[in-house]
Amino acid sequence: MGIEVEGLSFHYGSRKALNDVSFQLESGRLNALLGPNGAGKSTLYALLTQLYSLQSGDIRLDGVPTRRQPRALKQTLGVVFQQSTLDPDLSVLQNLEYHGALHGLSPKQVRQQAESLLAELGLADRLKDSIRSLNGGHRRRVEIARALLHRPSILLLDEATVGLDTAARQAINRHVRGLCQQHQLTVLWATHLIEEIEPDDPVLILHQGRLLTQGRAQDLCAQQGTHSLAETFEQLTGLKDTPPCH
Amino acid sequence: MSLSAYFIAFTGILKREFLRFLHQRTRFLSALVRPLLWLVVFAAGFRAALGVSIIPPYETYITYETYILPGLCCMILLFNGMQGSLSMVYDREMGSMKVLLMSPLPRPWLLFSKLVAIALLSLAQVYAFIGLGWLVDVEPPLVGLLTALPALLLTALMLGAIGLFLSSRIRQLENFAGVMNFVIFPMFFMSSALYPLWKMRESSEWLYWVCSLNPFTHAVELVRFALYAEFNGQACLITLATTVVFTVLALMGFRAEQVARPKKG
Repeated sequence: MGIEVEGLSFHYGSRKALNDVSFQLESGRLNALLGPNGAGKSTLYALLTQLYSLQSGDIRLDGVPTRRQPRALKQTLGVVFQQSTLDPDLSVLQNLEYHGALHGLSPKQVRQQAESLLAELGLADRLKDSIRSLNGGHRRRVEIARALLHRPSILLLDEATVGLDTAARQAINRHVRGLCQQHQLTVLWATHLIEEIEPDDPVLILHQGRLLTQGRAQDLCAQQGTHSLAETFEQLTGLKDTPPCH
Repeated sequence: MSLSAYFIAFTGILKREFLRFLHQRTRFLSALVRPLLWLVVFAAGFRAALGVSIIPPYETYITYETYILPGLCCMILLFNGMQGSLSMVYDREMGSMKVLLMSPLPRPWLLFSKLVAIALLSLAQVYAFIGLGWLVDVEPPLVGLLTALPALLLTALMLGAIGLFLSSRIRQLENFAGVMNFVIFPMFFMSSALYPLWKMRESSEWLYWVCSLNPFTHAVELVRFALYAEFNGQACLITLATTVVFTVLALMGFRAEQVARPKKG
């Protein structure tokens, strides 16, 4: 399933958060959205998830503008937001059941799905545990399981590994890459950590609301004549505080 | 999506509200203790000072405790309606509102489900309170428990809708204290919950008119009459109209941008 963004702009009052952004996600791949804080990543996610209404530009799902069928996009999308959206008062299963119900899944359907999803994420025995008892990495995994519960074909992750230690970050990154390979899931992975991106990944670089460039990480480096994506990023944005990786 | 998806979403929202309520036991206790204090302590003090003449729907002289029972039931609904509003603001601040808004079901249905869930939880608390009232000899007619149910439900929906409307306007959790001062207290005290309107008129004509225009007054009267198996048409009409107006305003207020401001990034 293909998602395409064309000429997307968004203002908060007089401040422009996104400026004429256009791109197409590569299906069945982890597409990395790289940008520093304030680049417009979360605004882009809010528009893709329809938490914000479009001001100008279009988002197309398999060529059909989502303005025409707004609910179809929501059925297709799984989302992990930057800020945790789990209910800490409820258990893992209860959180999943709530999400499932909002997508029309009965508790029985949720349970069947939840058991296999959590097993894949190494949380099979935590189904009845309270969210409060889970550490940050496990909470993130639960959020990923929840996002996959209704079998979306596109997964959006907005800085999903922020605040986690390296081991937890790598585990989540590996798992999501596995999902792309096994289930042909299309992923948009927003991050400001270059080490999460592999040379073969399709990359979008967003800065100050503008899409500066897009392409495979290694191709972008070749185009810019740099040795690493960190250097490419630095050259394009003029920012030096992003950690190097390759 | 199929009709069953709507039903599943409704039950899911109801279950979540119920589970959250179970986790907040102090909320349940305070919901009962507050009106009980009024019924046992406040009413004991005021019983002597405040004579209540025979007014409809009562056919004889009644105790002050009996008079304030419908008002205290509505007080529970009022606090719960505002508590629902507070939980919406909290959900928005914590980000969990996004989970609700990411549902492919229509937003009005999701909000309506939330409204009904809050109302049903409130009703359970009202009946628990009436049960406790029985222990201190405040005994409405048994049939009234049944006939009051639609009136209590409508009142719960009205107050829930007002709460939802307020939550669509309140930008930060810290501003919620203002709701206590500017909504709950005036609405409760400027009504017929604690004293009949004719009493109010004796002391102040303008206050009487303010109380008469307060939709909470009509909700209390609707419940009062219903508890005695009587129907108050005017009160029902005003409560119903207020419910519709605030439900529409709440739905209009819950535009995407107002409820799910993403962090700048």
